[in-house]
Amino acid sequence: MNWLSKLAPPGVKNIFTKKDTPDNLWIKCPKSGEMVFSADLPSMLHVTPAGHHMRIGPELRFQYTFDDGEYTAVPIPAVALDPLKFRDDKKYTDRLKAARTKTGDDDVMSIGVGNIHGNQTVVLVQNFAFMGGSLGMAAGEGFITAANYAVDHNLPLIIFTAAGGARMQEGALSLMQMPRTTIAVQALRDASLPYIVVLCDPTTGGVTASYAMLGDIHLAEPGALICFAGPRVIEETIREKLPQGFQRAEFLEEKGMVDRVVARKDMRETLANILSVLMKTQTAA
Amino acid sequence: MSFARTYLNFERPIAELDSKIETLLELKDEAVDVSAEIAQLREKSVEQLTQLYQKIGPWEKTQVARHPLRPHFTDYRKGLITDFTPLAGDRKFGEDHALMGGLGRLGGRPVVVMGHEKGDTTEKRLIHNFGMSNPEGYRKAVRLMELAERFDLPVVSFVDTAGAFPGRGAEERGQAEAIARSIDKGLSITSAFVSVISGEGGSGGAIAIATADSVLMLEHSIYSVISPEGCASILWRDGARAKDAAKAMKITAQDLKSFGVIDGIIEEPIGGAHRDRADMISRVGERIGAELDRLAQLPPAERVKLRKEKFLNIGRSLLG
Repeated sequence: MNWLSKLAPPGVKNIFTKKDTPDNLWIKCPKSGEMVFSADLPSMLHVTPAGHHMRIGPELRFQYTFDDGEYTAVPIPAVALDPLKFRDDKKYTDRLKAARTKTGDDDVMSIGVGNIHGNQTVVLVQNFAFMGGSLGMAAGEGFITAANYAVDHNLPLIIFTAAGGARMQEGALSLMQMPRTTIAVQALRDASLPYIVVLCDPTTGGVTASYAMLGDIHLAEPGALICFAGPRVIEETIREKLPQGFQRAEFLEEKGMVDRVVARKDMRETLANILSVLMKTQTAA
Repeated sequence: MSFARTYLNFERPIAELDSKIETLLELKDEAVDVSAEIAQLREKSVEQLTQLYQKIGPWEKTQVARHPLRPHFTDYRKGLITDFTPLAGDRKFGEDHALMGGLGRLGGRPVVVMGHEKGDTTEKRLIHNFGMSNPEGYRKAVRLMELAERFDLPVVSFVDTAGAFPGRGAEERGQAEAIARSIDKGLSITSAFVSVISGEGGSGGAIAIATADSVLMLEHSIYSVISPEGCASILWRDGARAKDAAKAMKITAQDLKSFGVIDGIIEEPIGGAHRDRADMISRVGERIGAELDRLAQLPPAERVKLRKEKFLNIGRSLLG
């Protein structure tokens, strides 16, 4: 939308919309404003030259995390579908269907088991592209499944979080995922297994206020928004603009909530080092 | 009785009846015998009130749950806890008046008690930040739960908050981490733990102190993942559609009992807790006492195991 599309009648608008180039051939970096060629992104791990870490889904995350991108997927048990019979303008079940078609996944969580520099690890990825990564019953079950798998196989758990918060369409059943996932974290703790949280953009609301802040180690991707209440809600409450960088990964590091902000290109190595120490892996040297 | 004189919008028929009674009461001095008529109107008022409250929906319940004269933490504490010693501070940063607590006895049983306090006057509402805690409140809750565990005392919590405070300082000092730790502690304490959602159970700020062995809700209280106004503003970009959101989110005690999210409902006096505060407080006290006695029969490790199983099973039973 620009000033022209606001002025022009609907028919005329189409003339000015360029349809001759495929969508997203070029992507505008939100950090620097420069145009980045889409085809170049995979080789840059979806990080723009200016350092903006783009949101990525489970497939790329597993590929960037595991040795040779190899892993085994762990299935997540089904959960009750729409117990509230929720609808706003659309039915919740229709929104779910649309998200499933769009992402090819059942819900927000995907579990992969593979090696990170030889350390066998369970990795859980929360996909923001699926209904804003929202924490509902399926996400809760995904988290519990991943933690149980880790406990059963004596493996560490790493989660890459990303969520706008709770899934409102599941009401209080969504809220109950905060204690449910916390119980799963406790199971890892009782088994003396490492639980590492990598906070990705954005991690907010009930997700931050439960399993995302209960890790043994908290890493974060540069620039990620990490908060309980979102900036808009706070600005409405205090009626003033928040400073630049407020609630970003670097800010949380400064405030003592995050151990390290780690660039995507260094994430694998950082995780491998932490895992090998915590799991007391025997090294050649 | 003056406190029952604040009527909610949906209570208009009752307000009209009551004002008729008032008028007749004034006539009484003038040597006309209206006592029979008054008695009849009073009976009618109670009958209508009973019927009205039997069928009120989620939005009406939201208003009842937020009624300024509904008993708050301090009312329950004064009515139910003897030998009370208030305890303050999180030992890290400060004291949070939105979440109060201390030591005392409930029906003779030594307990640690805590809860959100909204305040009942403008001045007090400001002191208590309208019942919206900062991280210090949740860190104090963790401290109190640790204290309870060390001395093998049961924990009783009263939940009545619109939510955790969405402020700048709260975020800077780790609101999310404070809530997460409080949930974590509540789920693992070996002490018996009873929670009463007495008014508003607002989101993360509520669950932070509601991970109990027994979670009870007052008949007209609400418990939700986001306020009806917040939900409406996200879904329809229109906070005024809160009524629709309240209905869609299934926030009533009755709905949540059917989903297995809560363990029990405490009935309110006719016309809601605010119409007979003393009666409400004593009902709550009796129910908590019964739950504490039941939980005291269980070995601590068994309580923790059952508590965790209970939360893990929430939602699983709904799978067809």
